[in-house]
Amino acid sequence: MMRLLAAAVLALSCTGIAHAAIDAYTFRDDAERARYSQLTRELRCPKCQNQDIADSNAPIAADLRKEIYRMLGEGQSNQQIIDFMVDRYGEFVRYKPELNAHTWLLWFGPAGLLLGGVLLIGVIVVRRRSPRAEEADVLSDEERQRLAHLLDKNHE
Amino acid sequence: MKRWVLLIPLVLFLGMAVFLYRGLYLDPSELPSALIDKPFPEFSLPAVQDGKPLTRADLLGKPALVNVWGTWCVACRVEHPVLTKLAQQGVVIYGVNYKDVNADALKWLKDFHDPYQLNINDEAGSLGLNLGVYGAPETFLIDRKGIIRYKHVGIIDETVWREKLAGLYQGLVDEDKP
Repeated sequence: MMRLLAAAVLALSCTGIAHAAIDAYTFRDDAERARYSQLTRELRCPKCQNQDIADSNAPIAADLRKEIYRMLGEGQSNQQIIDFMVDRYGEFVRYKPELNAHTWLLWFGPAGLLLGGVLLIGVIVVRRRSPRAEEADVLSDEERQRLAHLLDKNHE
Repeated sequence: MKRWVLLIPLVLFLGMAVFLYRGLYLDPSELPSALIDKPFPEFSLPAVQDGKPLTRADLLGKPALVNVWGTWCVACRVEHPVLTKLAQQGVVIYGVNYKDVNADALKWLKDFHDPYQLNINDEAGSLGLNLGVYGAPETFLIDRKGIIRYKHVGIIDETVWREKLAGLYQGLVDEDKP
C-alpha cells in the first residue's frame, strides 16, 4: 500500500515538472501562471486566425505572449491586458467578443434562429390541427340531414 | 393558405445565396484595423540611416504613407518598385523597419532605392505592436495631424494604389489646401 502511494506521489510530481518545462517563463505564483494560461487561450493569433496565441508558433503570437507576460509582471489586471490587445488588434483577437452593436448577431444569432424555428414549427402544428377539428365537430344543417339520411338508408 | 407564403423559401434561398456568394470573395485574413481615426502611436526610436532619434512629431505636417517593412519580408521586395515610383511622383512615404537587422536594412536601401523620407528602426517591434501589425508589409495612411485614416495589409501594387489609396491620399492633400 505504502509503495503504491509513493509511486502515485512520484507520478504526480513528474507531471508538475513536465508542465514547468513547457513554459519558458517563470511566474511569481500559480495564480499568475493560471492567468497567463487563461489569457493566452482567450486571445486569438491575428496572423494564424484559428489558433489561440498559446497554441501558435507564429512570431507575432510569441511577441504577444511576451507582452502578456510583461504586463502580468507589472501587475495589470486581465481586463487591462485584454483592452490593450483589443486597442491594437481590434475585437477580432478575442474569442469571446464584447457584446456591442457589431457583435450582437454573433451572440444572439444562433439562439434567435433556434427560437424562430421552434415558433415556426409551433405555428404549423397548431394550424394543421385546428381546421380538421372544426370540420369534424361542426356540420351544417344540410350536411346533418344528409348524414341522417345516409345512416337511415344503411339501417334499412 | 395565401399564395405569397409559398415564396418564402425562395426568398430565403436567394438571401442565403447572395450572402454566401459575397463570402466567396472576402479575404478572411484582412482584419479591420482598430486604429482607424486614432492618432499614430507615440514612439521614440532611432533612424535606420544615422541612428538619430525620431519621434511621432517627425511624421506630422503632411499627409503620408507609413510603410511597415523588413528585409526578411519577401512581399516587401515586390512592393518596393511601386513605392519608389510613388515617391518619385511626390507622395510622402515614411518607413518602419520592423524587426529587422539594421545593417541588412541599410544594404537593402543602398542596393535598391530608398523611397522613404524617414526610416524608423523598430528592431524590437515595439512600434509595430502598438500599430497592431501582424504581418509585413502593412501601410498606414496618416493625415498631417498624424491621425491614421486608412490601413492596407499586404502589397501595394498599381491597382491597390489606384483604386484604394490614391483617392484617399489626394483627399487628404486637398483638405490641407484652403
